[in-house]
Amino acid sequence: MKLVYFAWVRERIGRADENVDLPEGLVTVADLVRWLKTRGEEYEYAFENEAVVRAAIDHEHVKPEAPIAGAREIAFFPPMTGG
Amino acid sequence: MATIRIQAEPFDAAAETAALAAGRGDVGATVAFTGFCRDEGGRLSALELEHYPGMAEAEIARIAAAAEVRWPLLGLTVIHRFGLIRPGEPIVLVLAASAHRQAAFEAAEFMMDYLKTSAPFWKREHLRDGTTGSWVEAKGSDDAATGRWA
Repeated sequence: MKLVYFAWVRERIGRADENVDLPEGLVTVADLVRWLKTRGEEYEYAFENEAVVRAAIDHEHVKPEAPIAGAREIAFFPPMTGG
Repeated sequence: MATIRIQAEPFDAAAETAALAAGRGDVGATVAFTGFCRDEGGRLSALELEHYPGMAEAEIARIAAAAEVRWPLLGLTVIHRFGLIRPGEPIVLVLAASAHRQAAFEAAEFMMDYLKTSAPFWKREHLRDGTTGSWVEAKGSDDAATGRWA
């Protein structure tokens, strides 16, 4: 699965995107975040306040409880500040 | 069907407005909102706008579709820039056309409120002393402004 990161989430993780093989048993976006945080301190740092980081699946905003099955691309980013 | 452009280049708000009403007799009102880069009292040399290519277009299209359902619009244009933008330069244009002013005013406000809180763009400050500053934090007042349309 392709993961993409933006703004300070990207900077904290140290990369803009990556392809990952997910372990069995990850059902929701929140499960994915919990797993990512086990991958190193850069991920722990990026997700230290999980409630702040937003997610999108295939270019649509989703909540932490959204299922990730069938997703092609999952994005993580801070609250938006455009306009 | 809204016109949506995500681009690095500046835009010409007057030309876009003229294009929306040109050659038709049914447009009674256009409302154009332009958001500019401020220098924050001389502190900033630029704002850098990062965006999520693909999702930015998709999300703005979803917001525009919601506006077109809610108001009887005769045209809707959204241009949002990315990259390094200097104080005094435009960042975003929302242009709404309708037969009457109320729909055009409200639709433009609705578009801007949702652009600020759900379009995937992030601003970072570049300071006058040449250093890169911090990411701009999202404002609770923007969420409150969006909430009034629910």
